[in-house]
Amino acid sequence: MQSEVIKVSNLDLTFEASDGPVHALKNVNLQVNKGDFVSFIGPSGCGKTTLLRVLADLDEPTNGQVTVNGVSPRKARESRAYGYVFQAAGLYPWRNIAANIKLPLEIMGYSKEEQVKRIKKVLDLVELTGFEKKFPWQLSGGMQQRASIARALAFDADILLMDEPFGALDEIVRDHLNKQLLELWKSTKKTICFVTHSIPEAVYLSTKIVVMSPRPGRIIDVIESTLPSDRPLEIRDSKEFIEISQRVREGLRAGHSDE
Amino acid sequence: MNKKLWIGSDNKIVPVICMITFIVIIWYGFSIVLNAPWEFDKAKRSSIILSTTELVSQTWSQKRPKLPAPHQITKEIWDTTVNKKVTSKRSLIYHGLITFYETIYGFAFGTGLGILLSIGIVYNKATAMSVMPWIITSQTIPILAIAPMIVVALGSAGFSGLMPIVIISMYLSFFPVVVGMVKGLKSPEQLEVDLMKTWSASKAQVLFKLRVPKSTPYLFTSLKLGMAASVVGAIVGELPSGGGGGLGFRMLSGSTFGNTLHIWSGLFSAAILAGSLISIIIIIERVVLKRMALET
Repeated sequence: MQSEVIKVSNLDLTFEASDGPVHALKNVNLQVNKGDFVSFIGPSGCGKTTLLRVLADLDEPTNGQVTVNGVSPRKARESRAYGYVFQAAGLYPWRNIAANIKLPLEIMGYSKEEQVKRIKKVLDLVELTGFEKKFPWQLSGGMQQRASIARALAFDADILLMDEPFGALDEIVRDHLNKQLLELWKSTKKTICFVTHSIPEAVYLSTKIVVMSPRPGRIIDVIESTLPSDRPLEIRDSKEFIEISQRVREGLRAGHSDE
Repeated sequence: MNKKLWIGSDNKIVPVICMITFIVIIWYGFSIVLNAPWEFDKAKRSSIILSTTELVSQTWSQKRPKLPAPHQITKEIWDTTVNKKVTSKRSLIYHGLITFYETIYGFAFGTGLGILLSIGIVYNKATAMSVMPWIITSQTIPILAIAPMIVVALGSAGFSGLMPIVIISMYLSFFPVVVGMVKGLKSPEQLEVDLMKTWSASKAQVLFKLRVPKSTPYLFTSLKLGMAASVVGAIVGELPSGGGGGLGFRMLSGSTFGNTLHIWSGLFSAAILAGSLISIIIIIERVVLKRMALET
């Protein structure tokens, strides 16, 4: 039983730059099913962030069809269908962690009791219980990013769009957060779209890996992961993991060779 | 007590004292030079030859000096504050309070107007295009030229007393607030605006939950400039109004009757007034920005 959450067909997105048009995305076709963990990987300029922004209605496509939950990205945004996590945590320095998580809840008009309940729940999910009263500057980068994930989880969005959320963190913290994110994904059954430029991160996390290439931004390969859903960190040394990584690497190389 | 809450930190005090000492010495020097011709004339008329000490002590104690010495100004301020009733027209406190009220009202209205205009400019392109050139033009007109016109025009419309002066003060103080707040309200980063958009926040929510708190440091900078401008506006507004009182009026009457002590004591009072009001803003700024973790 697989229900379609995101469908992208024949998507083009062109920016007008001073020295002519830039094809950020060209003829992109993609389907994401409910509960998928999809990674978008590719070199910078391949349009992976732009694609995510189109899904979130932060950028508008030039051509093509995009549906999120069966409706346009705008309608999906207005019905608060997704939470978005950026590379920077974007927490407000004048609000403590609890108040930062409360912000989208205030905006969406949740009741006071509901706000308190949800803040407690998501802080527990990202293992930040006890840090409610701390201010962002009192937390490490990894903790700040966890708080921003908690903020995106606080309202009932079924889709989580993540744009290199761990890109600015060191590898040890990143491993830890990857593991946490997988557990969180399994327990919440959300659909996750995850932009990254790290091959191990993409392979470790995803059920589906979308390999992209620049100029024009396009999809080179879509890999359905054969890894089991239970993934300890050691799985990264398995033969299967290495094979998938190789296929990703080949895709990235192919994208570069025809420049 | 947090040291940073105070206006001067320790390492600033020594250079400030040096500077003040230096200015005071030069000042006493100029007092001698500028007031000496009068003493020479007097001595010549009574055929006396002045010794240097006599000359110096007399140039520093004239009744109507060209340049009063610092201690004379201090004594004049003391006499016209502590030794006069507040209700007396000869009291600097009486005049200072008039200027204070004009300044505060002008500042309050100017800040309000400035904030409203800045919100209009940030949220509405048509407002930005139509209002901004006028705002800038308004500040290129010399206030000394326009102040009498405002007083006369409002006077003939039946408004006199405090109101024309408050309007002149407002006219000067709204400008730094508009400029600063436009910048402040636009200071959120793209990421912060995008986040708000992903939550489908309304325009009012983006304004009050993101743009307004984010603009706080800019607000305080604007308030400090606006306060200084308000004091100048109030004093300039008093000049053509006549009769009403205030530090500007005091300086003008001092100038009319050749009473330099009145001019200088009025000037110093105005400086003390402006300095105190700005210091209050600085203290509030330090506390608020510290609490908001927005210190720069």
